[in-house]
Amino acid sequence: MPKLTINGVEVEVPAGASVLQACEEAGAEVPRFCYHERLSIAGNCRMCLVEMERSPKPVASCAMPAGDGMVIRTDSELVKKAREGVMEFLLINHPLDCPICDQGGECDLQDQAMAFGHHSSRYDENKRAVEDKYMGPLVNTIMTRCIHCTRCVRFSTEVAGVTDMGLLGRGENAEITTYLEKALDSELSANVIDLCPVGALTSKPYAFVARPWELRKTETIDVMDAVGSNIRVDARGSEVLRVLPRLHEEVNEEWISDKTRYACDGLKRQRLDRPYLRKDGKLQPVSWDDAFAAIAAKMKGLKGAEIAAIAGDTVDVESMFALKGLMTALGSPNLDCRQDGAKLDATTRAGYLFNSTIAGIEEADAILIVGANPRWDAAVLNARIRKRWLEGGLKVGLIGAPVDLTYKYDHLGAGAQTLTEVADGKNAFASVLKDAKKPMIILGMGALTREDGAAVLATARKIAESTGMLVPASKDEEGNEVPAWNGFSVLHTAASRVGGLDLGFLPGKGGADVAGMLEGASKGAIKAVYLLGADEIDTQRLGDAFVIYQGHHGDRGAHRADVILPGAAYTEKDGLYVNTEGRVQMGLRASFPPGEAREDWAIVRALSAHLGDALPYDSLEQLRAALRKSNEIFTEIDIAPEAAWGPFGAEGAMSETGFGTTVENFYMTDPISRASQTMAECTEVFVLPKQDKTGTEG
Amino acid sequence: MSGIDIAENQPESFAFTPENMAKADAIIAKYPEGRQASAVMPLLDLAQRQHDNWIPLAAIDVISEKLNMPRIRVLEVATFYTMYNLKPVGKYFLQACTTTPCWLRGSDQVMKCIKDKLGLDNHQTSEDGMFTLLEVECLGACANAPILQVNDDFYEDANYENTAKLLDALKKGEVPPVGSLSGRNVSEPEKGAQTLLSYKDNEAARSYDAKISAGETGEK
Repeated sequence: MPKLTINGVEVEVPAGASVLQACEEAGAEVPRFCYHERLSIAGNCRMCLVEMERSPKPVASCAMPAGDGMVIRTDSELVKKAREGVMEFLLINHPLDCPICDQGGECDLQDQAMAFGHHSSRYDENKRAVEDKYMGPLVNTIMTRCIHCTRCVRFSTEVAGVTDMGLLGRGENAEITTYLEKALDSELSANVIDLCPVGALTSKPYAFVARPWELRKTETIDVMDAVGSNIRVDARGSEVLRVLPRLHEEVNEEWISDKTRYACDGLKRQRLDRPYLRKDGKLQPVSWDDAFAAIAAKMKGLKGAEIAAIAGDTVDVESMFALKGLMTALGSPNLDCRQDGAKLDATTRAGYLFNSTIAGIEEADAILIVGANPRWDAAVLNARIRKRWLEGGLKVGLIGAPVDLTYKYDHLGAGAQTLTEVADGKNAFASVLKDAKKPMIILGMGALTREDGAAVLATARKIAESTGMLVPASKDEEGNEVPAWNGFSVLHTAASRVGGLDLGFLPGKGGADVAGMLEGASKGAIKAVYLLGADEIDTQRLGDAFVIYQGHHGDRGAHRADVILPGAAYTEKDGLYVNTEGRVQMGLRASFPPGEAREDWAIVRALSAHLGDALPYDSLEQLRAALRKSNEIFTEIDIAPEAAWGPFGAEGAMSETGFGTTVENFYMTDPISRASQTMAECTEVFVLPKQDKTGTEG
Repeated sequence: MSGIDIAENQPESFAFTPENMAKADAIIAKYPEGRQASAVMPLLDLAQRQHDNWIPLAAIDVISEKLNMPRIRVLEVATFYTMYNLKPVGKYFLQACTTTPCWLRGSDQVMKCIKDKLGLDNHQTSEDGMFTLLEVECLGACANAPILQVNDDFYEDANYENTAKLLDALKKGEVPPVGSLSGRNVSEPEKGAQTLLSYKDNEAARSYDAKISAGETGEK
């Protein structure tokens, strides 16, 4: 633990820390461009120069390891002059186009030039110009502005795991580019826009749209996958203009996937902005009262067992809770929140959570991935596995379809047979798991959305138990607490899934699951189906049932609906979401839903009054109070609580078919991303060419 | 102009000849396991020598595959050093040094001669494909400045006249002897010895030398 004196203040920092980190510890601000906490150290911008005693020159603090007894100054005349000098050099070739630059107002170079720069430049030669590069449909490039900090190169190589970016040439001719100007093929590519300290890499869909000071910023939660990335939604008026990541060390660090960032343009298209009722086979706009009256008329006389409700993948906990209340009042046991038919078992909470937690991945030393493609199921989580893998000492095994995960793994096999071998200790990877201190299994939806899903779940549970994935809390030799470790981790793909399971939005006694409902509807046993944002089902099989669709986009569900109740998208309502770890997070409204659309819980509450038995809450606060009463999980926000181990899954025969993956196209998984033009472009550039390729290769 | 000069017309494929493949394997074997990427520079050189003194992108692919490193990393190295050509160059690749010592000793005249005789500016290739000119930084032979490097060989003490002669000879397909164009022996003084001139007249010094040679002083 070296001790340093920084501007007269003595600080102690952990061994291996840099002088820059020590300066931050001491509260001394050090400007920087190339240095980033989550990337390797380059030391090429020279902006972080500080004065060190007994050093003949100022030193780059980001690359200088903190040593015992160092005396550092960041406030001396030498440092001031050094910063001015570096800034003057950086600005020699930087264009003065701030008025037309998208980074203006949130630009590190602009801010630091004001804070640490010289008042004018002494350079009056021509500035250099660099041709812009193509980097795909998301990243706009104005390469003349580049200051060669290489953050983007380091991010794509280290975090995203795609080695396509590089710095070509040298000196004045240096240029950042992708190999032969190929699109940056990563689900995390747009994070380079946030990392770029200048306006060289900016957002293509957001180009020339708004200035940062015009935007209303709302801190909320993403619903594009089950990670629950923390995001900031920037809106102007009623329009959501962009989505940016928010720092949350335990969930998404400071990255978000491209879908999280760019699907927001789908919020403007295909919207349901007023109620519709199917009259004479055609959907026609009606008033809310008429829509409710039509539902009430239809529901009258229907037995509880003839009604069913399916909750979609992006709905908030409150609306599911309200709908469950409504269905209970109607006497229906037919509820399900598992659109994809995952054979998840809600009897034990630990049986459907990502128990190791996302941050816990960094402690794991052996990971068995079963039936998942984390790169597409949860891109940010995959970056965490890669981060752990880069540290070394991590062994990864995969059972399922082999894909490029950006890290090396052993492909153990395709399906249940291999899984059984591991469970029985016959596969070599079983001993890898046994020898590991903190082994984990990541069970994806590809393994659970099958007929034999429950048996797969039981086998995975057996692996967890037999390979020592369940380590109880203990004390080490010095008496320090060692927290418990549970490596059994289910990787969900739907943002609403864990919340739905926690609520018990599942078939009641004698109730049908999604497959049963579709079967019942096609045979006429189920006469009314309530789809709460549920679009990922085979709507053809709903038969003659009366379909109520409540949601925000005119997608598959709405096309089949008899009544459409326009709801709010995730940016337009306050709502709770439970991520795959079981972490309850609160989303906040960034803008209002369009037209006559309303918040979803309020729609269900209003409908319940028309059906005769009003739900016992009149405000979101009252609803949340009832929710907290029903399950104490919802009392604590932003905590991933440890779940007790217990029985789940069901022993049974498993088919020999290999585990598939549930996400067919990363860029289009829900109604919002399907309506997004940007996501359509990404599909065209990144997904379709590969599908063609595999198609012709057989 | 862009500093990254990559040929537009690229050959479809590239493969090391069996001899060069053996050489490449020998080079890679010099580095410890897991450090094969260290062989990237000699392999690029090998590819350039095999392929008419320039490296096609197909060779970048071959090398990156052989060394198990990303293509962009190989391309970064290839564009960093001026010694690697990424587009075709003439049969005689002229690299004229214009760094301070050469410039003081008249490298401007060498450049002028090349411009007059071949019509070439920096980075240009003559129409007949015989010559390419590249202005380079210090070649490390300042004692014999100015230097004009032709392919692998140094021609030293260049001036307008002897550069003209050299270019004429090259055009005819002759290869003049490498080294000083002014005729001096390596980097000895141009006008003969300038120091220790009194040595041959100094009887005492010569007799002491003789004693050393005879081993009488105990010195070697």
